[in-house]
Amino acid sequence: MHLDPGIDPDTVRWVETASILHSNGDALEIAVHEGRMAGVRGIARSRVNHGRLGPKDLYGWQANGSADRLTRPLVRQGGDLVESDWDTAMGAVVDRSRELLDDPGPSAMAVYTTGQLFLEEYYTQAVIARAGIGTNHVDGNTRLCTATAGEALKESFGCDGQPGSYTDVDHADVIVLYGHNPAETQAVLWMRMLDRLEGADPPALICVDPRPTPVAERATVHLAPRTGTNLALLNALVHEMIANGWIDERYVARHSVGFEKLEARTRSCTPEWAARICDVDAGDIRAAARHIGTAQRLLQTVLQGVYQSHQATATACQVNNLAILRGMLGRPGCGVLQMNGQPTAQNTRETGANGDLPGFRNWANDAHVADLARVWNVEPLQIPHWGPSTHAMEIFRHVEEGSVRFLWVTGTNPAASLPELHRIRSVLARESLFLVVQDIFPTETTQLADVVLPAATWGEKTGTFTNADRTVHISEKAVEPPGEAGADLDIFLDYARRMDFRDKDGAPLVKWHDAESGFEAWKACSAGRPCDYAAITYGRLRETAGMQWGGERLYADARFFATPGVCESYGRDLLTGAELEETEYRALNPDGKAILKAADYVAPHELPTEDHPLLLTTGRTLYHFHTRTKTARAPQLQAAAPDVWVELSAQDAAERGLAEGDLAEVASPRGSVRARVRVTALRAGVAFLPFHYGYWDHADGHDRAANELTITDWDPVSKQPLYKVSAAQVSKISDAGGETAPAPTTTASRPLRDIGRQTRGDASALVEERIRA
Amino acid sequence: MKIGLAIRDVRDAETELAEELGRIGERHRADHDVYHLSRTLASLHRSNLETLAPFGERYGITVDPTNAEPAGGLLARAREKASELSGRRPEGALLLLSDLRHLHLLYAEASVNWVLLAQGAQAIRDAELLQAVTRCHPETLRGMKWTLTRLKTAAPQVLAG
Repeated sequence: MHLDPGIDPDTVRWVETASILHSNGDALEIAVHEGRMAGVRGIARSRVNHGRLGPKDLYGWQANGSADRLTRPLVRQGGDLVESDWDTAMGAVVDRSRELLDDPGPSAMAVYTTGQLFLEEYYTQAVIARAGIGTNHVDGNTRLCTATAGEALKESFGCDGQPGSYTDVDHADVIVLYGHNPAETQAVLWMRMLDRLEGADPPALICVDPRPTPVAERATVHLAPRTGTNLALLNALVHEMIANGWIDERYVARHSVGFEKLEARTRSCTPEWAARICDVDAGDIRAAARHIGTAQRLLQTVLQGVYQSHQATATACQVNNLAILRGMLGRPGCGVLQMNGQPTAQNTRETGANGDLPGFRNWANDAHVADLARVWNVEPLQIPHWGPSTHAMEIFRHVEEGSVRFLWVTGTNPAASLPELHRIRSVLARESLFLVVQDIFPTETTQLADVVLPAATWGEKTGTFTNADRTVHISEKAVEPPGEAGADLDIFLDYARRMDFRDKDGAPLVKWHDAESGFEAWKACSAGRPCDYAAITYGRLRETAGMQWGGERLYADARFFATPGVCESYGRDLLTGAELEETEYRALNPDGKAILKAADYVAPHELPTEDHPLLLTTGRTLYHFHTRTKTARAPQLQAAAPDVWVELSAQDAAERGLAEGDLAEVASPRGSVRARVRVTALRAGVAFLPFHYGYWDHADGHDRAANELTITDWDPVSKQPLYKVSAAQVSKISDAGGETAPAPTTTASRPLRDIGRQTRGDASALVEERIRA
Repeated sequence: MKIGLAIRDVRDAETELAEELGRIGERHRADHDVYHLSRTLASLHRSNLETLAPFGERYGITVDPTNAEPAGGLLARAREKASELSGRRPEGALLLLSDLRHLHLLYAEASVNWVLLAQGAQAIRDAELLQAVTRCHPETLRGMKWTLTRLKTAAPQVLAG
C-alpha cells in the first residue's frame, strides 16, 4: 500500500481495478480522498498477485493528477494547435471522414490503437473501423509488443489464446525464460518465481538473455546468445530433444502433426553448430537442453527478447514445439506463457482492434466472416476480409506513399515508439495526412496532429481488461477526468453517432451506450468462440477480483481450437510469411492437432560492419513504461531512471576508452543519440539503449530516442518490428566529469563496479506491506 | 541423353530469379519487407545453383553460381536511393504490383523446370540428382506462395485508391 502523506486508509473510498502499466494484471484498489486519487493497495484475494504490487503500480497513478493533462480538444489552425471544443473538433474529424469515404473510399482511412484502452473500447473501435468505415487498415501498437505471441500461438495451436497460467510457476520443476525479464516487465510475477527459488524444492531456472538480468543472476543455466540468433539456439534445443529421445512419443503421435519435417529440419542443428552462430558454449546448450528434456513439469515463458528480434515467430514456435514434444501442456506446472508487454494487449487480440478479426475468427474462412456479419447485422462484403488487416508498419507505409490520408491514433505515441524516427516524423508530417490523436498528455505525436482529442484514462472510466494469463479484471471509475477529457468509449460512440453508421436494416450499427452494455455486446460476439466471455459479468468480476476465460489452462485434454472449421488461421510459411490455403491446411491438419512448425536459421538482415561493429538492442527498465508519458510524471519512478543511458560490456567499453558516466555518441546507419555510459556484465559485442526517452520533456534536438537508430524491418509472419538487431557504434564525446549514468543500479543495468550510489526511493516512496500467515 | 537441357533450363531460371530478386529489392527500398526478403530469397537461389553445379559438371553444363551474385556497387546504391525517394509517391505501389507479378511468373517457370528435371532424374536413375532436386524445388513453390500473398496484400490498396 502506498498513500499520500496524511491519508487515513480507513476513511478513503477504495475503488477496484488492476495494473495499467504492464501486462501482469495485478489486482489493486485506488484510494479516493475528496474526489482525487490518493494512493493504491493490492487486493489480497486476487489470483494474480495475492495483494502484491510492483513499483509502477505503487507510484504510477500519480500521473493522473498532473497539471499538464490534455483537458480540451485542440484543432490545428494556421499551423498551430489551438484550444477548441468537442463540437468543433469532432466536426472536423467527421467532415474529413465523410470527404474521404466519398472519394476515394474507406481504403484512405486507418486506425492505429494501443494496448492500454479497455475491452469495451477496443470492441467498439473494431466495429466502427471494420463495419462502419469499412477499412482493413486497423492495427495497434500491440504490433510492437504482442503480435508474435498471437501469431506463434496460431501457428502452433491453430488459434490465439494463452495456454498456461501464472499458477504454473507454483508447480514447475523447470522454468525457462526466453528473452523475458519479469524482474523488470512483471515484477510481481518475478516475486512469485522468487518464492519458488527461496522455498523448498526450487525449480531449475534457464535464462536466455544477452543482458545480466536479475533472472540471469539466479539462473541455473544462463545462455547469452548474440542478438539475432535465437532461432539457431532454439533449433539446437529441439535437436537435442529428438537426438536424446526426450520426447513424449505418445503425446506427439496422438496430438500433433509435422514431426517428420521438424526432425528433418533440425537434424543438423547440433549444439556445436548453434554455439558457433550464437557465440555461446555448446556445453551450456547441452546443459539447458538436459533440464528441458528431463523436466517433470516444464514452464516456458517468452517475451520481447524473442518477439522483437530476428525470426521472431519461428523462434516462438520452437518454444511451443518444445512443449508439444515433451507433452508439457494443460497440467499444473506444464505451460507456455507467450507474454504481452501491455496491460490490455490481450483484448486488442480478442476484439479485433489489432490485425485479427473479433473473437479469434479467421478472415480466410467465409463462414466466420458470415457469422461476424450476422452478429453486426451487416452484409459480409461490408467487412473487409480480402486479406489480413494491414499491419502497423504497412499502414505507415501507405501514409508515406500518400494512399492513407486519415489516421486516428488512440493512446499511443508512434513519433517516439516506432523504428527509424526521422522517417516516422516525416511520414506523420505529410501534408496529405489528416492526423487525429486521442491521448491524455501532449506527446511527440500530438505535436504533429490536426486534431487532438483529450481522453480520460484508467481510474477515470469503467471497463474491463484481460492480462497475460487470461484473467479478466474490472476497472471502476474512481474520479472524474480533468476538464473536458472524455472516456475513449464515449469518444467512439460520439463519432459513430455523428457518422450515423447503420446496420443493414437501418438501425444504428453500434447498439450500446456505455461500458457494461458494450461488454454484453462483446459477449454476444465472442459466444461460441475460444475466447468466450459468456460466463463473465461485471457482477462476477466485482465478486472475484478477476476471473479467467477458458479456465485455469487451455488444452488440458489436448483439444486445440485447430480443426479447419474452427482455427483462426490456416498458417503461414515461417521464413517468408506466405499464407497457406485452406486446402493445404485441411490436408495438413484435418483433425485439429497441434502443429510442429519450424524454419531454418538465416542470418539477420543487418550485420555488424567496420563502421558499426556492435549489435544494438533496445528495451525497457523496471521504472518506466513506454515513452514515459505517465511514469516520468510519478516522481519516485522518474528519480530512479531520469534520463537515457547506454550499456556496454567491460571489454567494449575499454576498447573505446569509455568508463561509467562518460558521455558517448551511439550511432547506427540511421542516426545517432547521446547517452552516458553504464558498464555492466552485458555480453560483449552488444550495446543496450532503453527506449523510453523521447523529446516531450527534452528541449533540444533529436538526439535522445533509441528509435533514431533502429532499423525499419519486421518479422515476416507477425510483422513485429525488429528493435533488437541494429548495427551500431559507440564513441566517446567527453569524460564523466563526476557524473554517473542515470541508470538504475537495481536491475539488469546494475553496474559491474561500485559507482558510489544506489537506486533507492526517498521517504516519499515508503510502502506499507502486511503479510498474513 | 538430353538431361543437360533440363539442367540448363533450371540454371537459367534460378539465375534469373536471383538477379531479379536483387533488382526488385533495389527498386523497392521503401517497401522494407520486400527489400529485406528479396535479398534473403536471392541467397537461397544462389545456394540452389551451388547444389546444382556438380550435376552440371556431370552432364556437361556450366553452372556458375557467381553469375547470380548481387551487383552491388555504386549503381545499385544509386538505384536504392532513387527508389527511397520515389517511394513517397503512390505510383510506387503500382510498380510493386507489376514487379511482384513478374516475379511470381518467374517462380512458376523455375518450378516447372525443376519438375521436368525431377522427371528426367528418375528416368536416368540418378538418385543424387533426384535428391538435389527434391531439396531445391520447394524454394520455388515457397516463392510462388510468397509473391502471391504479397500481391494479394498490395492489390486492394492500389486498385481501390
